[in-house]
Amino acid sequence: MILIHCPYCDEKRPEIEFVNAGQAHISRPLDPSSQTDEEWEAYLFIRANPRGRHHERWRHTYGCGRFFNAVRDTVSDKFETTYKAGEPRR
Amino acid sequence: MTRFSAFSLFAKALSGHQDWPEQWPDAAPKPAYDAIIVGGGGHGLGAAYYLAKKYGITNVAVLEKGWIGGGNTGRNTTIIRSNYLYDESAHLYDHAVKLWDGLSQELNYNIMYSKRGVMMLAHNVHDVQSLQRHINANRLNGVDNEWLTPEQAKAYCPPLNIAPDARHPVLGAALQRRGGTARHDSVAWGYARAAAALGVDIIQNCAVTGIRRGADGAVEGVETTRGYIASKRVGVSAAGNSSVVMQMAGLDFPLESYPLQALVSEPIKPTFPCVVMSNTVHAYMSQSDKGELVIGAGTDQYVSYSQRGALQIVEHTLAAICEIFPIYRRMRMLRTWGGIVDVTPDRSPILGKTPVKGLYVNCGWGTGGFKATPGAGDLLAYTMAKDEPHKINAPFNLDRFRNGRLIDEAAAAAVAH
Repeated sequence: MILIHCPYCDEKRPEIEFVNAGQAHISRPLDPSSQTDEEWEAYLFIRANPRGRHHERWRHTYGCGRFFNAVRDTVSDKFETTYKAGEPRR
Repeated sequence: MTRFSAFSLFAKALSGHQDWPEQWPDAAPKPAYDAIIVGGGGHGLGAAYYLAKKYGITNVAVLEKGWIGGGNTGRNTTIIRSNYLYDESAHLYDHAVKLWDGLSQELNYNIMYSKRGVMMLAHNVHDVQSLQRHINANRLNGVDNEWLTPEQAKAYCPPLNIAPDARHPVLGAALQRRGGTARHDSVAWGYARAAAALGVDIIQNCAVTGIRRGADGAVEGVETTRGYIASKRVGVSAAGNSSVVMQMAGLDFPLESYPLQALVSEPIKPTFPCVVMSNTVHAYMSQSDKGELVIGAGTDQYVSYSQRGALQIVEHTLAAICEIFPIYRRMRMLRTWGGIVDVTPDRSPILGKTPVKGLYVNCGWGTGGFKATPGAGDLLAYTMAKDEPHKINAPFNLDRFRNGRLIDEAAAAAVAH
């Protein structure tokens, strides 16, 4: 089981306290009705799925309950860093 | 190629089985091919075989970065079934089940396909209604599936605990009798041997590192760790690494790759006559011919290419197995492992053409690709040979994520799939 550092609790806690919430830094279109089908497809379905450095969201569901972002290597599963939601992409 | 038969077995027995020839040659890449398949799993080898067999395209290379059948083909739980809810899926998976029948004879290779039946358990009212809906939908599509009472389920699979006060009570089950298992390694080897006999080059330790496109955008060939290989037709059947390969051609795919785990117990005498799946508690099990209980666990929650998963996922599955089949509580597990499965947003595969001319794809099978091996190979071969999809795989196109015509097995199957 991997250990994850929650930037709000400032503690390393076991993975079972957390829920993965998918790729990070995807923002909903500000003007939905002006979007093309291609833009909707990209927003809804296309994901980076990188082999290597990956930005993702986690929620400390069974702790503080807050969402935060993380950078993790998808080959080693090692976390590079975690940071609070709203902070710039690292 | 030596044809396997009772006679050849007997003849080789006289010489102590010492002089069996290699089953197919270890090919080195040629500078150019009529078609290239990226990925030497069951799907890719099957596609190469059908390209040669059905469409006469024999100047074909299968490029495998490791050893053939070493990815998800050798890591799955070998379950075969076609009881999918939607018409498109039922046709797709049943096409494969029909091909499993007689495949040993066609390939002259014992793939040990055993129609032992796949039973899906209902633990609550929602399960009962959902499974009965599946049964009705399947029958309308000509796919066999029938409802069993708890007593009938127990008679079909004696280790099952149907006590009313069980932690996961059994309210009934759906049984597909044509479902079952096959020996996964044999499927890869059988296709490789049969394809090689028709002239296909099976090239191992040859990772694709780039896809070269011409001025008109069409595919010209692939860069590999063993040099450049030209081909105007490239089919990608790379499972968990599909999106990585497609990005080499500049295409972003609606895929995410997750570790999926399986495990086997120590071998015991035959006690478990069929395949049992429980989607609600997420556990499924069968017994191999070697006697090991083969157990499938769930996917991890995060994207990963590590080919291993977390222990709590296995614990969750084993807890459910111990409740549903209490006689196995004292069994010891021998091995666990993980494979990387590429999952689409609607949990249905993508099988067809891509926006790049000459580039074809067979991916997104998620957690349930093994059962489709012969069908996927056959349909990828058709699509590559004709440059258009067969009517069975036409709905499984890439455009559905743009036009919204999803085949939403995610909602229908939810988990085990």
